[in-house]
Amino acid sequence: MPTHAYVPHAPGYVDNDGPKIITKRFPLEDSYTLERSEATGGYAGLRAALDRTPAEVHTEVRDATLLGRGGAGFPAGIKWGFLPPGKFPYYLVVNGDESEPGTYKDRLLMERDPHQVIEGCLITCYALGLAQCFLYVRGEMALAQERIARALNDAYAAGYVGRNILGTDFSVDITLSWGAGAYIVGEETALIESLEGNRGMPRLKPPFFPAAIGLYGQPTIVNNIETMSNLPWLMTNGAEQYKTYGSETSPGTRLFAVSGHVRRPGVYEVEQGVTTFRELFYGDNFCQGIREGHELKMFIPGGGSAPWFFPEQLDFPLEARPVGAGGSMLGSGAIVVMDETTDAVKAALRLVRFYARESCGKCTPCREGTTWEERILQRIVDGEGRPSDIDLLLDVADNISPGPYPVAAHPDAGLDAIPFPPRQTTICPLGPSSVAPITSTIRRFRHEYEAKITRRNSIAVSAGSVEVAS
Amino acid sequence: MSRFSLDNESIAREIISRYPRPKSALIPLLHLAQEQDGWVTIDAMRHIAELTGTTPAEVMGTGSFYEMFKFHPVGRYVINICSNITCQLMGAESLLEHAEAKLGVKVGGTTADGLFTLEDVECIAACTEAPALQVNYRYRLRVTAEDFDQLVDDIRSGTARDIPEHGTLSLVRQSIPADRGAGIVPPEQAREVSVWMARNDAAEQN
Repeated sequence: MPTHAYVPHAPGYVDNDGPKIITKRFPLEDSYTLERSEATGGYAGLRAALDRTPAEVHTEVRDATLLGRGGAGFPAGIKWGFLPPGKFPYYLVVNGDESEPGTYKDRLLMERDPHQVIEGCLITCYALGLAQCFLYVRGEMALAQERIARALNDAYAAGYVGRNILGTDFSVDITLSWGAGAYIVGEETALIESLEGNRGMPRLKPPFFPAAIGLYGQPTIVNNIETMSNLPWLMTNGAEQYKTYGSETSPGTRLFAVSGHVRRPGVYEVEQGVTTFRELFYGDNFCQGIREGHELKMFIPGGGSAPWFFPEQLDFPLEARPVGAGGSMLGSGAIVVMDETTDAVKAALRLVRFYARESCGKCTPCREGTTWEERILQRIVDGEGRPSDIDLLLDVADNISPGPYPVAAHPDAGLDAIPFPPRQTTICPLGPSSVAPITSTIRRFRHEYEAKITRRNSIAVSAGSVEVAS
Repeated sequence: MSRFSLDNESIAREIISRYPRPKSALIPLLHLAQEQDGWVTIDAMRHIAELTGTTPAEVMGTGSFYEMFKFHPVGRYVINICSNITCQLMGAESLLEHAEAKLGVKVGGTTADGLFTLEDVECIAACTEAPALQVNYRYRLRVTAEDFDQLVDDIRSGTARDIPEHGTLSLVRQSIPADRGAGIVPPEQAREVSVWMARNDAAEQN
């Protein structure tokens, strides 16, 4: 087995020396087949679960402090405990609608090891007495859909899914469903709307916490693909063993996709909490440094929705709590690295444009605000910015996310970090996410904004325009 | 024509049977319609409404939210070039310009021969392999201008065989064998606690 290497049949994944909890089959070319899965311990976790009571399985997951891998990082075992007793049926919705800019780990998990995902779903349904599981895959991921469809068909035929699983009294169906191109459907209540056949617009929480009122109004557990993928290993090896990896508050490993201006971008399985951003970017096992002849300017630590970090934050561990206190979030494990050649305003515009395009339109501050933000940034980048535009941007942002917005410390300027999360005037975090690139770059690179705006003015003056005088 | 063919109607019924409520099948059925015709026709939406007990307006109301659904004819090969943050950093803008020049259309346009539609899309989850694109949702990674030209030439000459025509996503369909299904019913018919949960009580009594 090669080490420290790209795996040709899993482009993006880098096989390194670290512990492998969820990527152990990735180096095998036929990892997605039932034969290979069974030959390498597939469905052993399900068998181990079925040998115990559902309550014991739930306890094991709670004891492991398995943190949800979708972005919010809430412990799965605790979330599972929110199902109200006696309101049957309960459903499981597995979120494979991965679309956060910079993120891709769920796609690889679905393409490379669909049986591991299915096994995790079965363990969850067994532990909680769930009536049916829905596996919601992003519409654009045709190969992932194909691999899961084949895996499900094989698993049904082999008796792992469906009626009387492995000859026991445990029976559950898994329905594969896929989306059709809408980032917002990654938000759990929007995903539920989509599964009900509606436009993917988020529901207000409270009262619509899925565990209380979810799919068809029934209590529903929504978990991420990566969370599910951890369960087979956890059932086979136990919570104590799981907690030997990572840190006390963030045990286990996580997949981090590091992209942008590094020498070896890749998806790495990394021990949480004990590895730092610096090790990840510069370590020989990982990205091996910023690309030749360049230096780090800034990085996004947790997907497009996360406030940006800078060289001063390199020594933060890959752990939710310190990153949150430091003004950002680990989110979905997507890290985008930018070197000194990057135009901060242009990069911010591209992300803001994403949120403007993807806003579902339900809440006014987001629908109108993201569009304003995009237009203002666009005219600044186009050299048509006005001196008042920086304040205007911050004002529009404040309508979506009132008060101080989370941001990293800026020691040279004597500015402290403002911790995550932001406040919001919207139902879901999409609108507030559009503010992250704006406040991150204005606080740090205000001079870049001013330079673009001033340049515009000087051009106007030389052309004899009177507009500047006003 | 553009209602579901007989074969597709039976596939549609099977899809509906996998959901507790028929309306949940709207998105999968819109995909099926797009697979059949390359885009979603009015007649297909009427047929979907009949099959799911909804109205054509509800079908369109749902479908129009999702950008993969096309309500007008598009090219047989839809090329989606990602221009989100990482791809932008790694050269997506010049790739897009090159693609426009090569195809002779602007973003959003379809070539005169109806073969290609060019789109500028959001993150397609291949960031470490930027710049990335999809053709009918099949990936091409770390794409250079030369790679792009080759891709277009391969499609024109019929040698890009891994790419089905627009509308087809997964080449494998889920199918639950009749004797293996646990039974999918509407929520109001599933009020009983799952039988295996009795194991918890049995363990407590021991």
